[in-house]
Amino acid sequence: MLKEWAKFKGFSAKNLPKEEPFAPGHRACQGCGEVLALRLALKALGMNVIAISATGCMEIISSPFPYTSWRVPWLHVAFENAAAVASGVEAALRALKRKGRFPRNRRVDVVAFAGDGGTADIGLQALSGALERGHDLVYICLDNEAYMNTGVQRSGCTPYGAMTTTSPPGKKSIGQMTWKKNVPAIAAAHGIPYVATATPAFFLDLMNKVKKAALVEGPAYVHIYSPCPTGWGTKGEDSITLAKLAVETRIFPLYEVIEGKYYITRKITKPKPVEEYLKRQRRFRHLTEEEIRKIQARVDAEYERLLRLAECL
Amino acid sequence: MGKRIAKEVSIAIAEAVKQCRVDVIAAYPITPQTHIVEHLSELVANGELDAEYITVESEHSAISACLGSVATGARTFTSTSSQGLALMHEILFIAPALRLPVVMVVANRALSAPISIWNDHGDIMAERDIGWIQTFAENGQEAVDLVYHAFRVAEDRRVMFPAIVNIDGFTLSHMIEPIELPDQEQVDRYLPPFRPRYKLDPRKPLTMGPVGIPEIYTEAKKAQDEAFKNAYRVILKAWDEFEEVFGRRYRPVETYRMEDAEVALLIMGSLAETAMTAVDRMREAGKKVGLVRLRLWRPFPLRDFVKAVKGLKVLAVIDRALSPGATGGPVGTEVRSALYQVPGRPRVVNFIAGLGGRDVTVEDFEEMADRAYVYMKKKPKEPYEMIGVKE
Repeated sequence: MLKEWAKFKGFSAKNLPKEEPFAPGHRACQGCGEVLALRLALKALGMNVIAISATGCMEIISSPFPYTSWRVPWLHVAFENAAAVASGVEAALRALKRKGRFPRNRRVDVVAFAGDGGTADIGLQALSGALERGHDLVYICLDNEAYMNTGVQRSGCTPYGAMTTTSPPGKKSIGQMTWKKNVPAIAAAHGIPYVATATPAFFLDLMNKVKKAALVEGPAYVHIYSPCPTGWGTKGEDSITLAKLAVETRIFPLYEVIEGKYYITRKITKPKPVEEYLKRQRRFRHLTEEEIRKIQARVDAEYERLLRLAECL
Repeated sequence: MGKRIAKEVSIAIAEAVKQCRVDVIAAYPITPQTHIVEHLSELVANGELDAEYITVESEHSAISACLGSVATGARTFTSTSSQGLALMHEILFIAPALRLPVVMVVANRALSAPISIWNDHGDIMAERDIGWIQTFAENGQEAVDLVYHAFRVAEDRRVMFPAIVNIDGFTLSHMIEPIELPDQEQVDRYLPPFRPRYKLDPRKPLTMGPVGIPEIYTEAKKAQDEAFKNAYRVILKAWDEFEEVFGRRYRPVETYRMEDAEVALLIMGSLAETAMTAVDRMREAGKKVGLVRLRLWRPFPLRDFVKAVKGLKVLAVIDRALSPGATGGPVGTEVRSALYQVPGRPRVVNFIAGLGGRDVTVEDFEEMADRAYVYMKKKPKEPYEMIGVKE
């Protein structure tokens, strides 16, 4: 427990905020898990927010001029610099408050949103800089595991074996040949006070983590798994099921890193086989049993590693 | 009125930025801009300047942070050179399109390769079309004065465009010159607090940086272009008021001994002082040579420029940048284009000189003026020539 959370009772089904900082009527695909994660995150944050978006699905679906889904102040500059832009906003607020040009006691949470490409690949440097400098901001990675906005190209967060338009399976390839980049661990390595993973399937957990991230003084990083029916070849109505399965198979474990300490927030004692998760998605359809075994072994090993991190501290 | 004392130009610029009461600075070190940002860090560290200094991890993040800062309503400054400016390239276009008035000093330096830390205008000429107000300083005093002017104009509600003050790397940035820094009271009189009409504030939410679908993109760009052209009047007015407050007069186009000139050299930046000496010498030798210097590069001061070169027979444009395989250097092509519709226009000859820190001497300028005389009678074979190339 951090002292900043002392007054935060936590969200439950009974005390959900009424405000919807992200308005409906946007142009996301049916069953988009990312826009759901975005909406829930903003709901947790409330109206006293300045939001910065990287270029990507959420930016284009929310802001085709003259329409906007943003009921909070929102700035989009470019693809790789959400963390840097947010740094500038945060520094400006600090200066203006100190100089009496912005109400000193008014709490404003600065939050940056970016996809997995904007975070793990092109935006990693800007993110690292912002985390290292200690800005008081929340960075939320909405991870749908590929460049969906440009037509499903692989990113550093695309999982092993997945078919994308730039990691197509073929005679000489099984699809994505590399394992998913562990961005939460990279964020945690900066020694920031708070890192968490979340999925919209466990929406209260997601909202609580985002709120805790905002309450923390200094930088906080939340990595949100966001199902993408269009890019993954899944049914729109399956998004929540998949998000749940990702956790239950231990493919996407839910945890927090509080001041360097790992805490598993949803322990999976009887994991489901990864096959249950993989077989529902067209992007994994080509995988052989051998490849699936390989993925299972990797998931088991990674979860063991996570358990050790959580236990030994 | 402040005292006139010897100061390194970079230090004086930092002092001027301080006098402008900036709220946020985001900068990344690159030679020869470093002394400006080092001194600003010192001023912040000592508590002499109440500002946030963001020690970003790249120039790309420097300009990105600046945009976030201005959008939140803070007066914001950055400075860079060469590769750093090139790394900012992508974001530079976004600042004026979102009407975010950042002020930046560029200590002009050659672009790689070969890697060179020395002065030319290759870095800024690659950013010609970014839509920022761009001025070029001739000396330290002017550099400082252009900083006050840049904030004043950029943040004017009729303008709201970012501005770059160009100073020649080393040949200006690292020189110690007598510079008069005005009193704080004068600066405060000239530069009102930054109060943008639109900013990021939860009390009044707005969407900044939306998608421009084909139905509105052209209109958005047209609006930007019109507003940018209209900034010209404010730029001139701000120089008029500058004269009232500080006593020094600036115009977009500077002329020297142009009364009866038949040949003129045209240049931007600190080399103009050397060129003036060459003009004096040639005048003594009975040649009717003058000098034109563009202080304002963007928006291009078309009318004032055309007026300045009226009656000339040959205009020798000296470019400090190369546009490989083009019909001239960036300034040369611009000037030719500006004069094309002008009846009785002078012949424009174009020289590329002073690349990557190469000295351009008084003799070089005399040679260029001499060649201009030759071209009075016969057309040059090539659209541009490079000066001082060792055979």
